[in-house]
Amino acid sequence: MKSCLVVDDSRVVRKVARRIVEDLGFTCEEAEDGQKAYEQCEQNMPEAILLDWNMPVMNGIDFLHKLREMENGAYPKVVFCTTENDMDHIQRAISGGANEYIMKPFDSEIIETKFKQIGLLES
Amino acid sequence: MRIEDFDVYKDLLMEKSGLVLTPDKSYLLDSRLTPVAKKWGFETLDKMSAALRGVADPGLIKDIVEAMTTNETSFFRDSRPFDIFRDSIIPSLLEIRATQKRFKIWCAAASSGQEPYSLAMVMKEHAGLTGWNFDITATDISTDILDIAKAGIYSQFEVQRGMPITMLMKYFEQKDEKWHIKDEIKNMVQYKYFNLLDSMASLGKFDIIFCRNVLIYFDKETKAKVLAKMKAQLAPDGYLFLGGAETVIGITNEFVPAQGLRGVYIPAEAAQSAAAPAATQTA
Ligand SMILES: C[S@@+](CC[C@H](N)C(=O)[O-])C[C@H]1O[C@@H](n2cnc3c(N)ncnc32)[C@H](O)[C@@H]1O
Repeated sequence: MKSCLVVDDSRVVRKVARRIVEDLGFTCEEAEDGQKAYEQCEQNMPEAILLDWNMPVMNGIDFLHKLREMENGAYPKVVFCTTENDMDHIQRAISGGANEYIMKPFDSEIIETKFKQIGLLES
Repeated sequence: MRIEDFDVYKDLLMEKSGLVLTPDKSYLLDSRLTPVAKKWGFETLDKMSAALRGVADPGLIKDIVEAMTTNETSFFRDSRPFDIFRDSIIPSLLEIRATQKRFKIWCAAASSGQEPYSLAMVMKEHAGLTGWNFDITATDISTDILDIAKAGIYSQFEVQRGMPITMLMKYFEQKDEKWHIKDEIKNMVQYKYFNLLDSMASLGKFDIIFCRNVLIYFDKETKAKVLAKMKAQLAPDGYLFLGGAETVIGITNEFVPAQGLRGVYIPAEAAQSAAAPAATQTA
């Protein structure tokens, strides 16, 4: 089974996201900030990462940069999932190595199609 | 709503747009037509129903027909048809239209524009098509929805449904909370009003027809008629795309499924002539 790491400082969002990715057939891990996510990736590199932008300790974009420098850090597909919804943020995310970008609010259909588009799910 | 009144709308919609209204959908009449009644100064839906039994204003009829259409759509809806278009149909056209370097596409139920704009983006992205000419004609029965399509302005929710982020970055501009499709894509599509029940001869010929998620609203006879008329407008070596829940099988013999391309249909004669050499060999 593929694994998905959900990185978000809101417990509610993590819970909603967990339900969605589990329904899509992933196992789910959670992290509440970029630093914790980084530590989890050192232990176990997931297939997919659903990543919030604004979080305490280490934000999403800093995490992404650090992740992509890790050995094996190119492996996970990273999908930003954030209330930041302007072109500037989108561009920074994609040039920082994100594979897709979701603007909150999101629903299961959006996550599913984005996962299909980047090859995390069969279409 | 009284059953006699239901029949007034049922007959009107069948005649004007082909929509099959089943009794289980009568709740839609109330919710969608009450605003129309208000706009036309009828105190109640019953009063409007009574008026429709006499000589009704064509403008009122048009509003009723439009109010009852379902405009549900999204960019790259179902994704696979657009993959097929990019990976199989465009390469085929590059071959069979190599001399003309031109082809024409018709989106026959364009709704708010997501389908024709998705095709335009695919074509823009296709390196093999530089130097080619193509038209995308996009039509719909609802002029209100066509106005939205022409404006090319979408909500955050709409641009996220089905569209890869790279396409959004390349072909849209953000203004306030809305996403505006860029002129380079917008200008590739011509919109016009067209009712699928009308004669199609004036539309001209097409190499590809997208007629997705509209036949589902019609009865079998109407589907067959529309498909027969469409075949007359399609090049003999052209392609027809239908929606995921639609097929020609059991409806018409004019088209057959294109082998290996789900949701794509070709004129029956084209399939026969492709099969002909094999047939003579076995004879
Ligand atoms: C569900 S939408 C499909 C949009 C798009 N093709 C897609 O697959 O996403 C159906 C559209 O068909 C249009 N329509 C319904 N009856 C029609 C008719 N008789 N002639 C032309 N368009 C019609 C409606 O106005 C509506 O925009």
